[in-house]
Amino acid sequence: MKQTHKRGLSILFQLGGLILAFGFVTMILLLVDADPRQAFSLIWEGAIGNTTRISSVFVVWVPLVLATCGVLVTFTAGLWNIGIEGQITLGAIFTTGVIRLFLDLPVPPAIVIALSILAGMIGGAIWAGLAGVLKIYGGVNEIFGGLGLNFIATALNIGLIFGAWSRPGIASMSGTEPFPQDYWLPTFQSFRFSWYSIGLTIIGLVVIYLLLQGTHFGLRLKAVGKGMKSAYRLGIQTHEHMLLSFLVCGLFAGLAGSLQVVAVYRRLIPAISSGYGFMGLMIAMLINYQAIWVAPIALFFAALNIGGIQLPIVMKLDSSLTGVLQGSLVLFILLMQGVKQRVLGKG
Amino acid sequence: MKIGFNQINKHFGDVHANADITLEIQGGMIYGILGENGAGKSTLMKVLSGFIKPDSGEIFLDGEGVAIETPADAIKFGIGMLHQDPLDFPPMRNIDNFVVGQGRGFLLSYKEVIKEFQALQRQFGFTLDPDAYVDTLTVGERQQLEILRLLWLGARVLILDEPTTGISIQQKEKLFTALEVLAEQGKTIIFVSHKLEDVEALCDKVAILRRGHLVGEVESPYDTDQLVEMMFGKQISITEPTSIAQEKVVFQLQELYVEHYPLTIENVNFRLHAGEVIGLAGMEGSGQDVLLRACAGLLRPVSGRVIVNGKDLTGKRYLEFMKNGVAFLPASRLEEGLVPGLTLAEHFTVVTDRQKQLFIDKAYFRTITQEMIDDYHIIGRPSTPVESLSGGNQQRAALSLLKDSLSVILLEHPTRGLDIESAIYMWDKLKERCKRGTSIFFISADLDEVLRYSDRILVFFSGRVSKPLDSGSTSLEQLGQLIGGKGWDEEIVNEEFYEADT
Repeated sequence: MKQTHKRGLSILFQLGGLILAFGFVTMILLLVDADPRQAFSLIWEGAIGNTTRISSVFVVWVPLVLATCGVLVTFTAGLWNIGIEGQITLGAIFTTGVIRLFLDLPVPPAIVIALSILAGMIGGAIWAGLAGVLKIYGGVNEIFGGLGLNFIATALNIGLIFGAWSRPGIASMSGTEPFPQDYWLPTFQSFRFSWYSIGLTIIGLVVIYLLLQGTHFGLRLKAVGKGMKSAYRLGIQTHEHMLLSFLVCGLFAGLAGSLQVVAVYRRLIPAISSGYGFMGLMIAMLINYQAIWVAPIALFFAALNIGGIQLPIVMKLDSSLTGVLQGSLVLFILLMQGVKQRVLGKG
Repeated sequence: MKIGFNQINKHFGDVHANADITLEIQGGMIYGILGENGAGKSTLMKVLSGFIKPDSGEIFLDGEGVAIETPADAIKFGIGMLHQDPLDFPPMRNIDNFVVGQGRGFLLSYKEVIKEFQALQRQFGFTLDPDAYVDTLTVGERQQLEILRLLWLGARVLILDEPTTGISIQQKEKLFTALEVLAEQGKTIIFVSHKLEDVEALCDKVAILRRGHLVGEVESPYDTDQLVEMMFGKQISITEPTSIAQEKVVFQLQELYVEHYPLTIENVNFRLHAGEVIGLAGMEGSGQDVLLRACAGLLRPVSGRVIVNGKDLTGKRYLEFMKNGVAFLPASRLEEGLVPGLTLAEHFTVVTDRQKQLFIDKAYFRTITQEMIDDYHIIGRPSTPVESLSGGNQQRAALSLLKDSLSVILLEHPTRGLDIESAIYMWDKLKERCKRGTSIFFISADLDEVLRYSDRILVFFSGRVSKPLDSGSTSLEQLGQLIGGKGWDEEIVNEEFYEADT
């Protein structure tokens, strides 16, 4: 009885956060003299208005889910993997590198694509591993290490696009020379939407869910995250587990970056990570680190992203407004969790 | 300044740290507060200096009731406290530390301040360099700096919490001289300590606290036996310890040298027999926790050797010790013992050896956990998060998580915070393990417990370790005196040497 009572209250607080976030954005819209109802319906229409838009939502959903899955693992181990953006970028760089390597060799494109995706995952894992090593053996907080590695990854990416891998004749912000069509991940009809990406993402989701819910490894990670000293005393190799959590997260981030290259842009572009890593951190916090909620909430965020594109076109508003909505959602829901704890007491 | 406490009460959870304490301290004297660890000394002093708000009770300064809400308030009333661990700013210069708490003015005139600083320290014969950095000072010098700072801020009452821990004999003499000078100037000095020797040498009058209660006040000159009895309580009959120790040596320390700021433990030699129980007695922070952690591989010794079952594990990490049958149960159960947020069943899953499969067999571990819950009388279910268990049940859970085939269990305060029944149960379970050949090292602040359950006792005082005392022929008084730093003559010092038998 008391339990259900508490759970009901808890949902009320979540809803309260949701309402506050929408209220906050409405206020901003009113301040800039825009009609909130029009704006929200535009976002809605923009996300599900036609099949192209729906397919675009799923294009965004893929990296969001993968990034969120990745950071769930590091969060479970009690780590803030801010460096996920750089890990996505490195995934993209490794993938591009492998495809460029094999372009002129007589290897079937399907195998090259598979290899390049694998390389991308390894690239992400290497970058994440660096953050992990810095944290565990160098005493560098993973937030600072990750931030630094993000900058290096961006610089490396831009350096390649404008340097070694620049387009013949002219280097440009639009990225490297697109790959021949054989080296694209097959897409559904003429959309940018690829069943392969979706398939890999769903596999990723299942893997993370099982890993965190049902495996000894997942439970040990949880123990490390909840109480490192106690976990060590109970016989868990805490350092090794922290490092492994970084590596697993890096694999997922690398996969996200890799798919951006082979399925979406078909080349390396400067903003290849598109902030999906940070958004993954937000989603993970929003869903209170419950793997079961990753797919729907990531879908919601992806829909906001795509729907937001309509705002500048129709209403001359900046599309970053959806970013405000996403950010305030996270803030208000976290805030309400804090309020709930104050009201109900801990636990 | 005359200080009056009227019926001060303070609870921390279930612990009644200060129970109805009513006490009056006259000005211009050195007043001692004596008691074993956890007696409530620091709590009472923190109430006076505004760090802790009492649950109830009043404080009077020169007969007037005052409300001291914060340390800044206390300083305004002229009360300054010198904490056990110096609360200063190591990366700053002495002179910066000196001025940091002052409220007057906005711009600093260093020239003026340095002049005042020098004049002040000359009174006490201190020789601190105002431009030196605090992190280059010794503990004793940091104390001197803190005393000067508090005096400069206008303290008329100086509280010193265990000031003689970790400082050299020369510094102690300097400190005592300074305190005597201050008392002569009319300042009130409150000297909090568990060291009988210091209190006897310095204090004009002393109040003794035990388990949160004021036992009484005694004036100098003192009778040591009386002080010991007041501190530790009347000796109750002690059941003869039933030893089940065997001949086999399972654990050895050879010339162990461990450093852990501010203590140094030197040249400890010890042999632990199978099934033997060793009590480590001493005031908290006298080095017993340092030694215990060194025995578990949680602290790396500077030199010497730790040998487990004939295998040299010196410098290896704790996980290696665990593999060789050594387990450590810390006092802070939810920080180092159990993982808050994980259920009992999850704990048993984590510690299991059955981790060959990838996935967790949840039904299996629920059953195992239920068996342990029944076996160890834990009030809780497999799905109960450990943080919602009571302290006693947490302790039973922690014990039940230990593997069966251990050679050595190292325990910190195994029964602290437990009621008598739980404590007895805990020891029954431990003794059961001893019968199967497990040896035990345990730290306890409860001398009765040490005497009752140990086969042999090691006494600690400021990092010094006694030779193993046979618990059968040691009295509570003798133990109390040793803990308070008395009677440390040649024959008590640990200097046995064993041939290595690897």
